[in-house]
Amino acid sequence: MSENNGNEISTGQDTFYYDNTTVRNFLIATTIFGIVGMSVGLLVALQFVWPEANFGLQYTTFGRVRPLHTNAVIFAFVGNGIFAGVYYSLQRLCKARMFSDLLSKIHFWGWQTIILAAAISLPLGLTTGKEYAELEWPIDIAIALIWVVFGLNMFMTIIKRRERHLYVAIWFYIATFVTVAMLHIVNSFELPIDFMKSYSWYAGVQDALVQWWYGHNAVAFFLTTPYLGLMYYFIPKVSGRPIYSYRLSIVHFWALIFIYIWAGPHHLLYNALPDWAQSLGVVFSIMLIAPSWGGMLNGLLTLRGAWDKVRESAVLKFLVVAVTCYGMATFEGPMMSLKSVNAIAHFTDWIVAHVHVGALGWNGFLTFAMLYYLIPKMYGTKLHSQKLANAHFWIGTLGIIFYALPMYWAGFTQSLMWKQFNPDGTLVYSNFLETVTQIIPMYALRAFSGVLYLAGVFIMVYNLIKTAKAGSFIREVKAEAAPLLKEYKPASTEHWHRKMFEWKPMRMLVFSLVLVAIGGAIEIIPTFLIQSNVPTIASVKPYTPLELNGRDIYVREGCYTCHSQMIRPFRSEVMRYDPNDLEYSKAGEFVYDHPFQWGSKRTGPDLHRVGGKYPDSWHFYHMLEPESMSPGSIMPPYPWMFDQDWDKDRLPAKIRAMQTLGVPYAEGYADQALGDAEKQAKGIADGLATEGLRVNPDKEIVALIAYLQRLGTDIKKTEGNSNK
Amino acid sequence: MSVIFILITCSLLLAGGFLGAFLWASKSGQFEDDYTPSIRILFDEGLQPPEITEKVRESEVEVFSNEKNSSQKQKT
Repeated sequence: MSENNGNEISTGQDTFYYDNTTVRNFLIATTIFGIVGMSVGLLVALQFVWPEANFGLQYTTFGRVRPLHTNAVIFAFVGNGIFAGVYYSLQRLCKARMFSDLLSKIHFWGWQTIILAAAISLPLGLTTGKEYAELEWPIDIAIALIWVVFGLNMFMTIIKRRERHLYVAIWFYIATFVTVAMLHIVNSFELPIDFMKSYSWYAGVQDALVQWWYGHNAVAFFLTTPYLGLMYYFIPKVSGRPIYSYRLSIVHFWALIFIYIWAGPHHLLYNALPDWAQSLGVVFSIMLIAPSWGGMLNGLLTLRGAWDKVRESAVLKFLVVAVTCYGMATFEGPMMSLKSVNAIAHFTDWIVAHVHVGALGWNGFLTFAMLYYLIPKMYGTKLHSQKLANAHFWIGTLGIIFYALPMYWAGFTQSLMWKQFNPDGTLVYSNFLETVTQIIPMYALRAFSGVLYLAGVFIMVYNLIKTAKAGSFIREVKAEAAPLLKEYKPASTEHWHRKMFEWKPMRMLVFSLVLVAIGGAIEIIPTFLIQSNVPTIASVKPYTPLELNGRDIYVREGCYTCHSQMIRPFRSEVMRYDPNDLEYSKAGEFVYDHPFQWGSKRTGPDLHRVGGKYPDSWHFYHMLEPESMSPGSIMPPYPWMFDQDWDKDRLPAKIRAMQTLGVPYAEGYADQALGDAEKQAKGIADGLATEGLRVNPDKEIVALIAYLQRLGTDIKKTEGNSNK
Repeated sequence: MSVIFILITCSLLLAGGFLGAFLWASKSGQFEDDYTPSIRILFDEGLQPPEITEKVRESEVEVFSNEKNSSQKQKT
């Protein structure tokens, strides 16, 4: 802390310095990881058109690099963008240097280390298999610790601020910190079995509910609230005008945070979730339109009478499109939460289009605006080229359009094809593949949009490097402000609620309640969760050890990124996925699934009832060369499953972990699990041998076939189960 | 499904915390003035050597000074 207090006695002002170094470091990190994340995104997009774009390597195959793309964009690109913006604006809004230079350093390097760990572990297939929370438990712990460092640094800065009023942006930052901390901790409860493998503490429906409570609010409090804070800071700064209505911004904040947290279940409409929870999620999602649009209009109306500036300034253009995309995404989101719309949108590319309007438009463009605004400022010079910045803007905007429109088209087309019936009641497109090949041109256009968007970013990088070279970096910015007076007397007009809440005893009460709640929760939750996993369908049994191993391979390869395991109760879905018994997916079928694998996107067909649908040999050929069984398929082949052995060493530990989580294997079963697994593997290998397919029973493909053939079959073993 | 009670509890605790923060903020006069804070943030640049401030401003002004240029163009 190079704080320099109280030198200028004559004015009564403190002189101090703003730290620009940390801000610049985060800005560089957000740029680098933006390029990385978007490049991986482009790679992933190309694999939809040319599956060979995985280079034949397991490490670069879709199921593993898609989580790499999402994690890189969310936590590395946007994450570093948040920190850059917060470190820049918070110091100036609080009239104080960041609390501790050491904490700033730990925060910066800690976060980059986490990103590096993610970039290594995800391609290796070390994943928890929960979307947007794929990182394994040691990384989860590191995230929690670094997040606390960030929070400490932020709150201490707020405490020693020299400006009494907390500008609305600071409220958005606080909400971000508190909520993300809670979401991350609750969702990351997992039982480690060794250094880089763990099982989710929750199972099936419970896991799904926690995951989407997290997933939805991660969008809300990682991608939205911090960027709203940045919007409320940078739009006024860049345009040189105060926010349209400061009062509205305060209403926006409080309304948004009280509503957002309840909307999570809209990700699980028509899934195996109680109806009342689904409806609750829908109601709150619709309510969200009001604060979201209030905020969007507040941002745009700030520019009233200044639209001539927008014509000239690339920075303002980026901001306008960012805020517009926020408005579009927050209108679309509630609409997609309506059950009738969701019936069409869910599992399709519409969802993908929706999130990319947010990611490319709102987060991406706002980050670019911040970079174009801050880099010249911090290097004491002017932007190298307004022309290039404008070129970036137009190329980037075209990129967004070329992304969104084809994906909307693809989503609609595919969903309608899934639901199309012949007059005799059979499906028109009974072969799922037809609905995929139909939209491959759209996938090609989407990849093209990625090229455009990424090209824009490279133009920006060139422009910013030129700018930085023309100036010299200003590490510290001198500032002066009067210290804060300790006492504050509120205005004499006392409101009724001030008298009602005598604060000191209230504070005692609240704190003791919170402490009791935490203590009680730690004691009660584990047993409570396990007890509620008692199967409601008698015929649903735990996986055999070999199937469990196959399931781990399924999770490792990220199969859930393209295949759902959730047949919704629609005629079109039961007809397609379970034509004989017409069984949709029941909550009771997932009680042993740690983690759940319902998925959120169907690039390939649902797999919940795939068990017994095809012979073992079909899966054998299909995993080796998908096109041999499904000509035209865009699924990549998985030859490494025929070389690698399934995991024998950790099998007893896995069984014991499952027992801890409440899966009813017999006492001491861990010791005989390996024997059972080998027996089952030999059975499958022998069966394949009768069809002339020679396979070593130790190979991963055998375990995977065991799992696939088990999927969704338990419910058919006995009639008259309790959930029917 | 019972996990939903944990989620509701967590969400309620969070909402309660924010409610507390809101009460504190309104009690301590944070929202008494809902105009000047929006103006104040426009003047938080710190004290830089004048030539640097000038240069940075130039870059911002360059954008906005095009107004002048364009109006001149219109005149001609």
